[in-house]
Amino acid sequence: MIATDIKERVQIPLAPEVLSAERTAYLENLVQEARTAAAVFTQFTQEDVDRIVKAMVLAGLENSARLARLAVEETHLGVMEDKVIKNMVASEFVYNYTKDKRTVGVIREIPEKNLLEIAEPIGVLFSLLPITNPTSTVLFKCIVAVKTRNAVIFSPHPKAWRCCSEAVKVMYETAVKHGVPEGVFTCVESPTLQENAYLMKHKDVGLIDATGGPGVVKAAYSSGKPALGVGAGNTPVYLEKSADLNTSVVDIIISKTFDNGTICASEQTVVIDDEIYDQALKKFADLGAHICNEEETKILERTVIDPQTGFMQPMAVGQKATDIARFVGLSVKPATKLLIAPIQGVGREHPLSVEKLFPVLAVYRAKSVNEALRVCVDVNHAGGLGHTAVIFSRNDGVIRKFGEIINAGRIIVNSPGSIGALGAVYNDLVPTFSFGCGTGGGNSTTDNVNIYHYLNIKRLARRTQNHMWFRVPNQIYFNMNAVENLRQFPSRCTIIVTNAPLEQIGHVDIVRRHICPKTHIHVLVIPDAEPEVKVIQQGVEALNFYKADQIIALGGGSVIDAAKIMKLKYESPEADLEYLAAPFLDLRKRVVQYPTEKTNHARLVAIATTSGTGSEVTPFAVLSDKASGRKITLADYSLSPDVAIVDPQFVMSMPKGLTADTGIDCITHALEAGVSNYASSYTDSNAMQALRLAFKYLPIAYENPENEEARCMMHNAACIAAMAFSNASVGVNHALAHAFGARFGVAHGRANALMLPHVIAYNAAVPTKFMPSPYTQGYIAHKKYSTMADLLGLGGNTVEEKVQKLIAAVEQLLDRLAFPRSIAELGITKQEFEKAVPELVEIAFADPSWRSNPRMPLLSELAELFWKAYEGRGKR
Amino acid sequence: MVLEIENQRIAATLQDAKSKIDPKAGETVLDVSSVTRLDTSGLRALEDLVAAAEQKSVKLSLRGTNVAVYKVLKLVKLTRRFSFID
Repeated sequence: MIATDIKERVQIPLAPEVLSAERTAYLENLVQEARTAAAVFTQFTQEDVDRIVKAMVLAGLENSARLARLAVEETHLGVMEDKVIKNMVASEFVYNYTKDKRTVGVIREIPEKNLLEIAEPIGVLFSLLPITNPTSTVLFKCIVAVKTRNAVIFSPHPKAWRCCSEAVKVMYETAVKHGVPEGVFTCVESPTLQENAYLMKHKDVGLIDATGGPGVVKAAYSSGKPALGVGAGNTPVYLEKSADLNTSVVDIIISKTFDNGTICASEQTVVIDDEIYDQALKKFADLGAHICNEEETKILERTVIDPQTGFMQPMAVGQKATDIARFVGLSVKPATKLLIAPIQGVGREHPLSVEKLFPVLAVYRAKSVNEALRVCVDVNHAGGLGHTAVIFSRNDGVIRKFGEIINAGRIIVNSPGSIGALGAVYNDLVPTFSFGCGTGGGNSTTDNVNIYHYLNIKRLARRTQNHMWFRVPNQIYFNMNAVENLRQFPSRCTIIVTNAPLEQIGHVDIVRRHICPKTHIHVLVIPDAEPEVKVIQQGVEALNFYKADQIIALGGGSVIDAAKIMKLKYESPEADLEYLAAPFLDLRKRVVQYPTEKTNHARLVAIATTSGTGSEVTPFAVLSDKASGRKITLADYSLSPDVAIVDPQFVMSMPKGLTADTGIDCITHALEAGVSNYASSYTDSNAMQALRLAFKYLPIAYENPENEEARCMMHNAACIAAMAFSNASVGVNHALAHAFGARFGVAHGRANALMLPHVIAYNAAVPTKFMPSPYTQGYIAHKKYSTMADLLGLGGNTVEEKVQKLIAAVEQLLDRLAFPRSIAELGITKQEFEKAVPELVEIAFADPSWRSNPRMPLLSELAELFWKAYEGRGKR
Repeated sequence: MVLEIENQRIAATLQDAKSKIDPKAGETVLDVSSVTRLDTSGLRALEDLVAAAEQKSVKLSLRGTNVAVYKVLKLVKLTRRFSFID
């Protein structure tokens, strides 16, 4: 944009001053007419607007020469012939871009995302028009406005009012003739700065589209209205040594002389590599450019740039090179197209390094690519941020580097800057007459302004049925003597990870007997406790030492967890366990990813020796870091064992207490997976069957430990429940139990048991806060509990009754298994517990287990549940 | 009093309706159920009609308003001056 725009419009008052009653009424009438037209316009179809736009485009083409002549006559800027081209581009090229695009109703369907994009017109736009491209900008904006069903009030630059209003008239009359509502375009007569400000702030104006200098843009953005403010540039050009010099020089001349340089995207300073500098200047001279000497350059600096402001002089804008030369006293050939002035740097001390909307071009000789890019950055930052930049090169690396380093919405490669930036002529940029300059130019967009900027795009988002999964180990062998299946897995070297008691009672020997013959077998005995970092390290050292290709985890949850982590570190030594334990909300969207590249490979076979944790099929492992005093919980399906062996012979000797503790853990898994927000038909079938088996066989296994059938069924139940919660996760019961168990050293199953009746009642009640989940349809936890009660044959007629029956059945089972029925019964004093509750609540709330719970627990509710467990109110 | 507005001659039938507004007849119902699109002249005629009705203290209702037409009335802030009947 030109200096006159800057000077005249930078002072647009932000607060409207007092206008005469007559002018106020006039402006109000304009807005009301536009508002009515915009309202009526909302009823038009795509076919309606496409038909009208086509007629308008044809009218624009028919009138392109007349309007161009009017523009030159009135503004005394530019070249009539070039303005004809501009008018034609604004009509034909814009039509070509928009003709097949939907702008009414549904404009885009994205079925894979269940999304529809629907167009909503803005309504009334207030549009400021520039002096430099007056009629072409009108044609462009009118076509875009009708295509998008908007009404526009135009305020032309005072020195381009007649040609603009004539262009508006051509568009308006054609549009109305073809059915557009009357009042769709109006042109403010003799607009003043105050009137512009009044319209900018008018409540019924939906958007300001200000094409002009920084003052216009600033006024538009300061008005408090949504605005498209598109302003000044200062286009750097890098003429790199690999460029096709013939084409490059011609392109620069075409661009810089087009309409006498009035397009703000035109070239301002050409930075030329030293190797081709002389040759390039000779070509410019051969093709009609005048290369200024030092003295002539100084004359230009003093004359075409205002020494006070540092901006270009309005008198030079849009004038011919020969006229400028004559005016400033330079002697040039009559056919001179362009004045080229060598400069030594960029900034106020180098006046010609700024925007010059006339055929004066600065050139700079660069000794290296680095220097050339640096000078281009300087030009870019000297008033051209966000606008346009140009590079001529055949070196793709340099082109990309230029693109990365320069802040410009349009980076034009091997083509003329001004016409290239307009789009659709030399490239596939969107055709426009408004260049978004991004935040660098104080604009909201770097786009070539187009139809989509004249629309509110609504997105209709249908509920997505997220895909779910059911992932378990590939091979699960169960029932008595299932361990015999070990034989089918060939191994050169196997490490058996176990603990001392299991080795002592002969379990390791049983396993040894069934390992594939000729396998080197080593036994790694680890403590019978939650694995620590040190234990994992020892295990990994052993795996590396023996180059093991198979790990057999023989034990309860702790041993199997240890083996999972050993395998992870053995196969992927770089795995950072703390990093991998980062919290996540949705497994599919988690930030950290488990390693997929492996340096070693080992099969993990898990043989469970308790019936509860189900670690033999789960993707979880817990590690204790004594140094930091923290637990590291790992969760990823890559942790799941490759083979699970669920052989009841390894649980026949489980003591009663352990049978009860692990058994109730199994029941908690089934109950929580059953009502989880991630529950599916796949997990439900497992959860329900596990519940049925466990309710039936746990008391028998507890009371008659040698009952082989009960042991077998409970062992299966634990594994089946684990398959359910491996995929549906657990819930708030586990969050409470984890916090309480860790703080007071209570076994996991026992801690679960203390919470269980209270959590069922809690989840079955109408939640204070629903848990947002795309997986569930409504609140169904109480109904799921009711279904479980039916499955267990507990009776009851209503959902509520059935839930109560389920709670009662759980309580009876807990009594039968001789569980303490309150935390108080554990000997924890009320004072001690009261002191611990705030911390327990905090830890429970941080626990990821409840994220799949059907009811989102409030902190106060967690505290309440802890107290219920303390007092054992659930006991009958 | 119920007056039917014809889709083919909206402005004309609205002007007719304006002449029929009678305070003695009480509430006037304009049946616009056949109106599928309101043009500028129709909108202006409707504005005239509602102004005349208000002057005579006659309550105006629109029956069977197409939702696209309703949106036009909403955008020009006319909805508050009518009652709407389905």
